[in-house]
Amino acid sequence: MLDALRSPWPWWVAGPLIGLVVLFVFWYGGRKWGVSQSLQHICAATLPRGIEYFRYDWRKDGSWNLAMVAGVVLGGFIGGRVLSGPDDVVAISEATRADLIGFGITDFTGLVPSDLFSFQALLTPTGVALVIGGGFLVGFGARWANGCTSGHAISGLATLQPSSLLAVIGFFLGGLISAHFLLPLLF
Amino acid sequence: MPAATSAPAEKHEQARSAESLVVYLLLGLFLGIVFLKSEVASWFRIQEMFRFQAFRMYGVIGGAVAVGALGVALLKRTGALTIRGEPIQFPDAEERRPGIRHFAGGTCFGLGWGLLGACPGPIYALLGSGLGVMLVALVSALAGAWVYGLLRPELPH
Repeated sequence: MLDALRSPWPWWVAGPLIGLVVLFVFWYGGRKWGVSQSLQHICAATLPRGIEYFRYDWRKDGSWNLAMVAGVVLGGFIGGRVLSGPDDVVAISEATRADLIGFGITDFTGLVPSDLFSFQALLTPTGVALVIGGGFLVGFGARWANGCTSGHAISGLATLQPSSLLAVIGFFLGGLISAHFLLPLLF
Repeated sequence: MPAATSAPAEKHEQARSAESLVVYLLLGLFLGIVFLKSEVASWFRIQEMFRFQAFRMYGVIGGAVAVGALGVALLKRTGALTIRGEPIQFPDAEERRPGIRHFAGGTCFGLGWGLLGACPGPIYALLGSGLGVMLVALVSALAGAWVYGLLRPELPH
């Protein structure tokens, strides 16, 4: 049992479990599940600076969401430290592996390439573009689009929202540009 | 004496709200484990997805949408209420209407997702797993959200 929990979970287990989270949040909170609104709540709580987008009662509207993302951090500790070994390798396809080797990636252990996701890599232009540039665009884009993968690609498509379908088309357009044009430029 | 009767009610409300925060914390804990064990928090998997070189990520997202859509249809059909007996707030007409913000904002988000290899949920989960550099990614995402708030009046929606 523990071995099954420690090895990567199949998509047909993980996907439906995330779907159940959508239903749980509707049933328990009467609201739509989304993660990226936490970014707005944190800004509202720490640095509102009189900006209208951050002028609301974040304790009332955002406490549930902030409690949830605090839980995600704890869950990350359990999932990453308790339920896994340090030498885990993500079993990506041979074609992906070959493409990434072409980028110069050498270390395939762990969930992310250590060559790119370390504090040392932040001293390189590639590290800055991936972590700081990527992070900024994720936050900016998610709030402009009014949702991220959870709010649009999952909750939004599950509630058949046309706005979410358009957002997901944007997610893929952007992702394809990054994967096929920006990344080759960065390596 | 309204004050005497409202004080226990207020206490009850506070207790209920504290209890619900614990529930959301546990829900998040569960999600954090799922994000890591499903490998959706893996930069490698995101690159594989945007290269259409494996089905896995589409299976996770598709599976989540399928179960969510079926359940939402059931909740709507049965007129189900929340655990507290209140009506469920499904997205209203305003939220459902597609606009420039969804396409333009979505494209920005996708550009970032393809570079960082993590959307907001996995950023938090990777941070918890001990990947310290994700704190820089989180602060960058917060900066992005803040700049959006600042530019919001100028941006098309």
